[in-house]
Parts: sequence; structure tokens; C-alpha cells
Amino acid sequence: MTVSIVVNGKQHDIESSPDTPLLYVLRGELELNGAKYGCGLGQCGACTVHINGTAVFSCLTPVGAVGDRPVRTLEGLGTVDAPGVVQKAFQDEQAAQCGYCIAGMIMRAQSLLDKNPKPTDEEIRTHMQPNLCRCGTHVRILRAVRRASDELVKQG
Amino acid sequence: MNPRKRLLWAGAAAICAVGALGLGIAAWVVYEPEIPKIPRPAASSFSADQIKRGEQLATVGDCIVCHTKDNGPPFAGSRALPTPFGTLYSNNITPDEETGIGNWSAEAFRRAVKEGIGRDGSHLYPALPYEHFIKVNDDDLDAIYAFLMSREPVSEVAPENQLLPGLGIRQSLAGWKLLFLHGGHSEEDTTKSAEWNRGKYLVDGLAHCGACHTPRNLLGAEKWGNEFGGGIAEGWNAPPLNASNPSAARWNVDALTEYLTTGTSAAHSTAAGPMGPVSEGLLRLNSKDVHAIATYIDDIMHAGRPDRPQLQNVDVDNSKTSSMQSATADLFQGACAGCHEPKSPMALRGRPLLSATSDLNADDPRNSIQAVLQGIQAPVGSNAPYMPPFADNLTDSQVSALLGYARFRFTTKAPWPDLEKTVREIRKENQQ
Amino acid sequence: MNHQITRRSFLAAGGVAVAFSITRPALAQLAGGGEGGPGPAIIAANLPGSLKSSPFLDSWIQIDDQGSATVYTGKAELGQGIRTALTQVAAEELDIKPADLHLVTVDTLRTPDEGLTAGSHSMQDSGTAIRNAAANVRMLLLQQASTRLGLPVADLDTNGQGSITAKDGRSISYGEIARTLDLHVEAIANAPLRQTAEFRTMGQNLPRVDIPAKTTGGAAFIHDMRLPGMLHARVLRGPSEGTHLQLPPAHEIEAMAGVAKFVQNGGFAAILAEKEWDAIRAMRILQSLPYDIAPRPFPNGPASETLKALPARDIVILDTSNAVANPVRSVKHSYSRHWISHGSIGPSCAVAWLKDDLLTIWTHSQGTYDVRRVAAELLNRPIEKIRAIHAEGAGCYGQNGADDVAAEAALLAMAMPGRPVRLQWMREQEFGWEPLGPGMVTQVEAALDDTNRIVRWNYEVWSNPHNNRPVGAGGVLIGNEVVPPFEAPEGKPIPMPEGDGSRNSNPLYDLPNMNVIYHFIKDMPIRVSALRSLGAHLNVFSIESTFDELASAANIDPLVLRLNHMADERARGVMQAAADKFGWQERKKSKPLHGFGMAFARYKNLGAYCAIFMEISVDRDTGMIAVERVNAATDCGEVVSPNGIINQVEGAILQSLSWCVHEAARNDGKVRTSFDWSAYPILRFIEVPRRIDVAVIEQPGKPFLGVAECGQGPASAALANALADATGVRFTHMPLTPEKVRRAIVTN
Repeated sequence: MTVSIVVNGKQHDIESSPDTPLLYVLRGELELNGAKYGCGLGQCGACTVHINGTAVFSCLTPVGAVGDRPVRTLEGLGTVDAPGVVQKAFQDEQAAQCGYCIAGMIMRAQSLLDKNPKPTDEEIRTHMQPNLCRCGTHVRILRAVRRASDELVKQG
Repeated sequence: MNPRKRLLWAGAAAICAVGALGLGIAAWVVYEPEIPKIPRPAASSFSADQIKRGEQLATVGDCIVCHTKDNGPPFAGSRALPTPFGTLYSNNITPDEETGIGNWSAEAFRRAVKEGIGRDGSHLYPALPYEHFIKVNDDDLDAIYAFLMSREPVSEVAPENQLLPGLGIRQSLAGWKLLFLHGGHSEEDTTKSAEWNRGKYLVDGLAHCGACHTPRNLLGAEKWGNEFGGGIAEGWNAPPLNASNPSAARWNVDALTEYLTTGTSAAHSTAAGPMGPVSEGLLRLNSKDVHAIATYIDDIMHAGRPDRPQLQNVDVDNSKTSSMQSATADLFQGACAGCHEPKSPMALRGRPLLSATSDLNADDPRNSIQAVLQGIQAPVGSNAPYMPPFADNLTDSQVSALLGYARFRFTTKAPWPDLEKTVREIRKENQQ
Repeated sequence: MNHQITRRSFLAAGGVAVAFSITRPALAQLAGGGEGGPGPAIIAANLPGSLKSSPFLDSWIQIDDQGSATVYTGKAELGQGIRTALTQVAAEELDIKPADLHLVTVDTLRTPDEGLTAGSHSMQDSGTAIRNAAANVRMLLLQQASTRLGLPVADLDTNGQGSITAKDGRSISYGEIARTLDLHVEAIANAPLRQTAEFRTMGQNLPRVDIPAKTTGGAAFIHDMRLPGMLHARVLRGPSEGTHLQLPPAHEIEAMAGVAKFVQNGGFAAILAEKEWDAIRAMRILQSLPYDIAPRPFPNGPASETLKALPARDIVILDTSNAVANPVRSVKHSYSRHWISHGSIGPSCAVAWLKDDLLTIWTHSQGTYDVRRVAAELLNRPIEKIRAIHAEGAGCYGQNGADDVAAEAALLAMAMPGRPVRLQWMREQEFGWEPLGPGMVTQVEAALDDTNRIVRWNYEVWSNPHNNRPVGAGGVLIGNEVVPPFEAPEGKPIPMPEGDGSRNSNPLYDLPNMNVIYHFIKDMPIRVSALRSLGAHLNVFSIESTFDELASAANIDPLVLRLNHMADERARGVMQAAADKFGWQERKKSKPLHGFGMAFARYKNLGAYCAIFMEISVDRDTGMIAVERVNAATDCGEVVSPNGIINQVEGAILQSLSWCVHEAARNDGKVRTSFDWSAYPILRFIEVPRRIDVAVIEQPGKPFLGVAECGQGPASAALANALADATGVRFTHMPLTPEKVRRAIVTN
């Protein structure tokens, strides 16, 4: 039984079994690097992607459950040559040390800014809470989100 | 923390009450005198022991939860308390003289807490559970007063209550109180231990467990004669604490104590929804008082029967005998099994099995649905397990399929009827 | 600027390669901060940095005929930004654009062996080597240009664009010269270096070269490797060190859905599958089987109880005595921290491939050359038939599961010739099996005379070895599990001045009487190895807390007490700089449970200097600490990437705060009980300080000092000092959890 999902605007017929968490389908079949395995338990956010524009843990979303709801990953926000606003903000703030958590952070931040382009500092902190960073890049990440917000507001 | 939703039908009831009793009596019951302001007492006028005692008692009363807004200064109020009749905002109970209770005497404080009357004589809405606090003795209230007065004053004015038109008349609360506010605290039961009595005193009074765990009547008051029969708070069922609790056979004093102090019990599941902040508070309470509370609750749950059967351990897993739809089994594997498969690393480390959870076994799927949609937050300061929310990655149909699967696999109970419809309704309720 | 060449010159035609290595004695050196094995042999002791062990220029730099440079380092990018920093160093000293330079990180086939990437040594070892090698190359390029153009070297200059220009307007590109330039020559020790005033790249904030891929989904991590025919592997282990799954017979496992192969050797077992989820699914089923628990002591009490119950060997670290005035005030405390998990966000991973008789292992271990040695011993395979290449993992902060996983992948690859094998641990496996940062305890007694001079200082520290990095098969889990097993080597202390449990137990302060004893405990009931800063975390915590206690007893300002006992100018410099930026003199408490604290250390008394100042307030009801602001100052010698330094120090502060307030990896006497992020909470966004400012003290011309670990000790200490200031309570046993703090202040 094949499952079909839409990722970053493109339809894919998936060979993996329907119980396979979306994370492994993205990384394995679709060869996308953004979402990462951190815990598989919904505790760290390294696997964060968007379903219907909302941040979710792809490690706990079986691919068979996605249906026709659009999936967006880090790769869907922009490219190395044309990064999206949030990606560029993270680059400009040099908001990464090892960088393993950063894809999840960007997706998490993007889902906030998509709904509320002018969050307060408190709102940003609370919103980012489900995502873990072990290297201690938090201050830069918060600055990057703020920077992206400022840019989005400027763009109107 | 989620605001406490209480079913306050006070306005409608009060109007009826006033109408029934006539204006003359109404005038008599409505009017309460103002208690004069006093200069704010110095924190040093209270002994350290009394303040410490007051802190512990305030912890039992969980004052901080209702009297603090999200990320706001503690006890400074302004928390929105939604009711079906509109939104109330809690008062500032820091010792600020302009906006808090800085100029309240101990007498004014006691009257407010026990009788629901402000210093200026105005009636307070029974969002403040004074029908419980009336049972607290004056000595304890004075200690809580001392604790509050020893804190930093914070200037914070609560927003205007936004009640539906016609229900904003405080005087009408007098009638409600006439019907439902019954004075005095109960006498000691000499046939029971000192610990049991202490537990009863705390539970009936400050801890106001019945405020959530007792069903309410149409007038918004706890049902007389059905104490601890189960209630609802903020969209979660507060299970019965009396013998009608279907899991009563699996609780004892130790299990209750563990649950109350750590927020989790390996045999039962984790404090979720509005019980989370309660256990977060109780983990700061001294162990003697927690044990007393557990002792009393345990006794109610078993209707005082000392000869009840042994604590049963449940470990149901129908997976081998099941003919469950493999699509749902797949869903469970991908979304839930990492933590919830029996013998998963989670389960091996003393986390509750799904078959042990009261919620999965309950007739009402509400709590199970809420756990899946909202997840379970770990209280600050504890290592209790955390469950992520699934509202955004699973549809109503998937949530209902998963819960049906879990119910079938991990319990011996009949399936919940109309489960998907219930999921849809509760999801909509959460979004309001 | 002296361009005079004091040694041999090299003519283009027939370049003379001079081999010196045969005649020099090989000396062991402590590379990588003394961790790991003896490190690469020294064959040119007069050369700076790792040139000592790899003196030939072409080991480090090659230039192609387009003028692009390939630079080799024996160090690894761990997320600390070293790839970018070394790129800057090389580009600067070669005087080319960073974009024209490609840096190859440690690969046993291609790069020098510089030992471990650890101990904050990368800039000292590799940065220095590369800088000097590049200077040598630039010197040779100029010499060649001089010959080609027939002009004296003094008339020539490099232009930063990959060419050499002459005063008369002629130029020649590096590419042209490279065609005939032989770099297989040894470096000279004093090749002229570019000066700070002319810097084009060093000292600038070059954007990290790895961040673009990491923010846009490029393949940036070892976890992203995809090789043709790659199999996914999962190990089958019990939930914790000391456990062993009761597995069914092999044929039953082989028959499981999705399992391509089952590999077992003694106590080691793993499955391989074509699809990753198939491997995980099967692993989950097998992981749920009953397990045996090895009967072994697995103490679960406080660190002090556990450590003091074990036999120790006493090592005197310091014993100085001078005549002093009588002590009039004394303080005495015991300090401790519990075992701590590395907590890498990405569990450990390795890829291995046996192809055409060469076994290649990709690893994120800090000891890539050691991974090769371990595999050689484990597999009884000639070392030249093994290649180990570093590929980035998640931050490791020491020895996490990386080495274990690398060895496991190697064995599995041997079982599947021709097919790459990707092995990754699960989260609970990383928590359950990786070596932890050792718990430690100290005891300090110190006294002041009536002029507030510290006249007595008695210090004891108890610790396990921190340096259990595998150099042979006995150092990895699989080595102990296979049949016949390799014995785990005995833990040994790292001698001072680097130290391990003793690291930073020797105060940098000028104290007339110091008695410092290291109780070295070689029995390790809990599996441990190096964690960022080793013993410095607790030792600096203890020393700096004691200084504040003394200041409090003497009723003098904590900064003043420190300055009164510190002659080292650079130390005074960072303390003063951070104090000024913080506004330490103007500090004023504005509410209850509001406080200020400071701390200082020079990492290992040899490395980077760091001073940290903090303002905090404590929530009375929850015991949670809100860090309002942090000002840090760091002096790490010549600055390569200011932003890189700031990033590292910010990170150290946040990580150290998390260790200090939250972290303790626990067990119940049988198994580890911290197995996921719920059971081992770490700092999250809500607790992040409102502001962190890091001032970088510029020290042009001074040797590089690695900055990665210098903040760990001072950050925890500054927090404890601020907490004492805010609450009046001295907290000494980490973690200083909210509940611990709350209970202490409620009873106040």
C-alpha cells in the first residue's frame, strides 16, 4: 500500500510502511537533511517540521497519518543561494554552534512568525520552549528570531 | 498554567434567590459593613515561624495559581478565570496599599476568605472557594495573612470583570451565599486518627479538593450529598475521590502520597491538566501534611472499609489476541509506541503503563482525549514524565482511532461510543 | 620585517627534499591537553605547535596550479568553529582569500596526526602549526617569485588575491609558481609572520563556513551521510551500563521482519536493515525483552559518599609554605557536583565501509586517529588497511558515545563486506551507556590574617580519572563484549600542569601557603570519561566560592579580595574589564532575593583567562533563578575570530548554568535512571539570561589560547556567588535545583 504525501509543494509516493515516522521518510526516502533524530520521543524538537503550517514533531507522526496535509521542511523555506527570512536571520546572527538543533529551531520560529510576525520577547521564549539546545546558542537564536521578525515587519 | 474554569451559575441563581426572598430580606443579607483600613503592617511584625507556617498553608490552598497571571508576578492577580457567564479576573493579594491588600487588617482578610466579603463590604464571586475556606481556623488564616504580608507589594490592577449583562451585580451574590455558604468547620472525628482529622481539615478547607472533584448543581454550587463524586475543571474530568471511583481498588495511602508529591504514580499515570499545577504546589508541601491528605482521601475512596481487597495491579495487553485494524496498529507504532509500548524504555523506568491509567479505563474518554491533544506538562522542579501534544499532527479521526486501539488493547472495557465526535467537540472546546 | 632566510633555499629545478626525521629521537608529547594516548611523536622539537610532529610543509598545505590552497589539519570541527578559525589563520598567513582555500579536517589518510581535538588545544596545536607552515609557504612563494622575476624579495609583496606583485608593476600568481614549487620540505621555526596591522582575515568575523548548510538543509553532519547500498544498524543492549538483554537465538532474530542481518560476538549484538525504521522497529521489540543485571557495585548516593568510600591514591598538587601572620578568620566548606551526562542533542553515529580491502570509518570522535587504532586492535587488522575520517556530529563536549559507536560500526562493516553500514545509537542508549562526566567532591579550608591576606589554603579534591578515551579496543564497550574480550585499561591521572580531576585545583592566585591534595580514585563504579573542562568545573567552583566566603567573612568586596591576591596582569585585566562593563562598583540590590556574583579562572592556569559577573533574582515560590544579565571578559591571546570566541563563551555560560542548576545523572543501584530528557532536564529557553555580553580582550602577537572550556568553571561559580548574595545561603552541592533553593530560602 503506497502512501502519498506532499512535501515542500511536491507530491511523493512513499514506499515506506505507513507506521514509519515522517522523520525517517524525509531523511531516508526523500533524502532531506533538515529534520533530525534527537530523541524520537517528542522531547527535543530536533525533528520539527510543519504540517499545515504548524510546527509538529516528525518523529511522532507516522507517515500514514499525514494524508493530504502539506508538509514543509527546512528545505522548503529557502536554499543556500536564496535563504528564507528566518534562515538568513540565523545566518546573519551566526546563530549556531554545532548546529544540530538549528533546523528544528528555524522551523519552530517560522511557525510562530507565520502566525504572529511581531511577537514579544516573552512570546518568543515560551514558543521556543519545546526545542532543546545543548551548546548554549539560545541567546543568538532569540536574537535571530527577533531579527527575522523585524525583517518581516519591514517587508510589510 | 491553565486558568481554572468553574461552572459558575451564580448570576442566574442569585437573581432567582433575590426574587424569591423578597426585597426586605435581600436588603438585610446584602449589606455588609466596611472594615476600616489599617496602616500596612511591617513584615517584621510577624514571626518567622508564623510566616513559614503560612507559606505551607498557602501552598495547600494553592492561592498562587488563581492569583497569578501567566508569567506575572506571584499573587498579584489579574488571572483570567473564564466562566460560562463571562470572565472574572483574580484580585491582587500582595500587600500593595493601592492595588492589593496592604491596608487590610487580619480581620478583613479572614472575613474575605471565609465569607467572601471584601474589606469594603462588597461581595466576592465564589470563584474564591469560600464555601471551603470557611472551614479554616482563624489561627491558620492569620498565618497565611502573615505570609502574604511578608511579601513584596506589587502594583497591579485587575481588569474589569467581563460578565454577561445583568450578572455584574455583586449584591446578588448575597442570595447565593445564603443558600450555599454554610458556616463553621467540622468537629474532629474521635473515632479516627489525628492524621485522618488533619487530612480532613486540609482537604475540606484549604485544599478545596471538592471544588473540582465534586459535581456542581445548576446554581453552580457543589452538590449537597455528592461530595467528591467527581467534577470537571478546565476541560478535564476531576475523577471521583469517593468509592464511586472505578480505580479505587488500586489506590492506597502510599500510592496517593507518591502521586501527590511527585505528580506521577507508576501504577496510575501522571497528574495532567489542572491537576499538574496542584501537584506542582504539593511537591513543596511538607510530607506530613501530604500524607495526612492522602490518608483522608484514601479513606473516603474506600468508604472507610478497612478490609478492602489487596491493591490490584493491572497489566492488560490484548495485542496477541487482538484482531485490531493494522492501520491503527501502525499509527500506534509510529506515534505512541516509543513511549507507550509495554516494555519500552519509558515503561521500564517506572513510568505508568497505559493499562494502569484510570483515564483509559474511565467511562468518559474526555481525559484521554485531552492528554493526547494537549499533552502533559511536567511540573517545575520534578522529573515527572512529559507527554508532547498531538493536536497539531493528528486529525480527529486519527486521535479517535488511536484511543480506540489503546482502549481495546490495554483495558477490558467496552469501546467508547461516538469517540470521533467527542474528539471533535473537545478539540473545538479547547480552541475557544 | 625581516625577510632574511637563514637556512637553505630551494631552487625550482629539482627541488631538494631534505629528510631530517631519521636522525632525530622521537619523543612522546601530551597533545590534545594530555587526554587520550601519548600523542604523535615529536621529531622536530624546535618547531612551534604540531609542526613538532609533522614538520613537512606539504603535510599541511598544498597549492594547485590555479592558486587555490588545500590546508590540512589534524583537528576536528566539533561545532566550536575551528574549521572557520583555521581557515582564517591559513588564509591570513598565505595571504589569499578564504574562498580560495579549502580546509581538510582530520583524516588518517590525508592529514597530520595531531592527537585529540580536546583540551582547548586546537588553536595552540593546529592554529600555531598552520600559521607557521603558511608563513613558510608564503616565504617560499616569495623566494620563487624573486627568482622568476629577477628581483630582490624586498621589492615583492603578496597582494591578498593570490598573486605576488613587484614594485615595478609586474606580478606572478601563486598558481604559476605552484607548478614548480616543492613543498615537501621541513618548516623553519622563524618564518616571518604577518603583523596585526596588515591583517586581512584574522581578527575579522568571517562567517562560519558550515552555517549556510546547517541552516538550509545541506548535508552537514555524519548523520546526513548516504552511501550507495548503505545498511542501517542498531545495537541491541539493555537499558543501562551493566545490563545485558536476554536475546532469542540468532535464527529467530534473522527471521524478524525487515532484518537483513544479525551480528553477534560474545556480548555484543546488533541488527542491520535496509531501511532505518525497520532496524528501529526490530530493535524495539528486542529491547523489550528481559535483561540481566551484572552484579557490581553501582552506588547511587551523593558524590561525596560514593567517592570517599573508594580507595584513593594521594597526589600532592601543591605544597608551599611561607611564614605568615596568624590567621584570624577562617572558612571551611565541602563542594561537589554529581555525575553529568554529555547530553549531545544528536545521539552518536558512525559510518563504516569495507571496500576493496580498505575499511573506512567515518566518526565524530574527538580522537580520529585513535578510532583507527581501536579498530585495528579490535578487528586484528593491519592499521594501514583502516582509514578513519572525521565527520561532524552534534556537539559532544568530551567523550560521549562516539568512540563506542565507531568501533561497533567497524565490526559490523567487516560483517558486510562491500556495503556501507550506518550505526546510530538511540536517545535512551546514549543516556544509558555513554561515559558520564565524573562526579567530584572537594573540601576547602582557608583563613585570613588581620590584614585580610589569605594565609592558609588547604584543599582536597576527590575524583575518578577523566581521561578514559579509548586508545585500544579495551576502551570501548564492544571491546569488552566480544570474545575474547579486551580488558578495559586502568584509569590513570593526567599529570599537572594539565591535570584531570586536579585540573585548576591549583589556584592562580598568589597565596603564600597552599596545600592541595588530589585523591585519585581509580575504581570507576560508574562509567566515566572526559567532559568539557574536566576537573576545572568543580575546582573553579570551589575556589571561587571560597574566595567569596572569605570576602564575606572579611567584609570586603569579592573583586577587591581577588585583585589583592593576583599579580598576573592578564588575570587582573579580564576581571577589571568585566567588572567595568558590568558596573560592579555601582551594583545595588533593589529587592529581596536579588543578588550579584563574580568568578574568575585561567583555564589550567595555562589557557584562556575568563571572568564572569552575574546579576540574578530568585523566585521565592519556586526557587527558580532568573539570570538578569551576565558580563564576561575573556583573554585568549591573538584573536582569530572575535565572534567565534563570543559564541563559545556564551555557550559555555549557558551550558555551565544548566549543569549547575539542573544536572545529575542518576541510577537506582542497578540501572541508570536518567534515560531521556524528562528524567534528565536541562536548561530551556524560559531560563535563558536576559542578556549576555562577552568582551574579547585583544592581545595581538600573543600565542593562541583555546577558549572552548574557559567559561565552564567561572559561570557555575559566579551563579553560586550571586545566589549567596541574593539569599544569604551558600549552596555547595550541585545541582542547585529549584526545589533545593526554595527549601533553603523558605526556612530563612
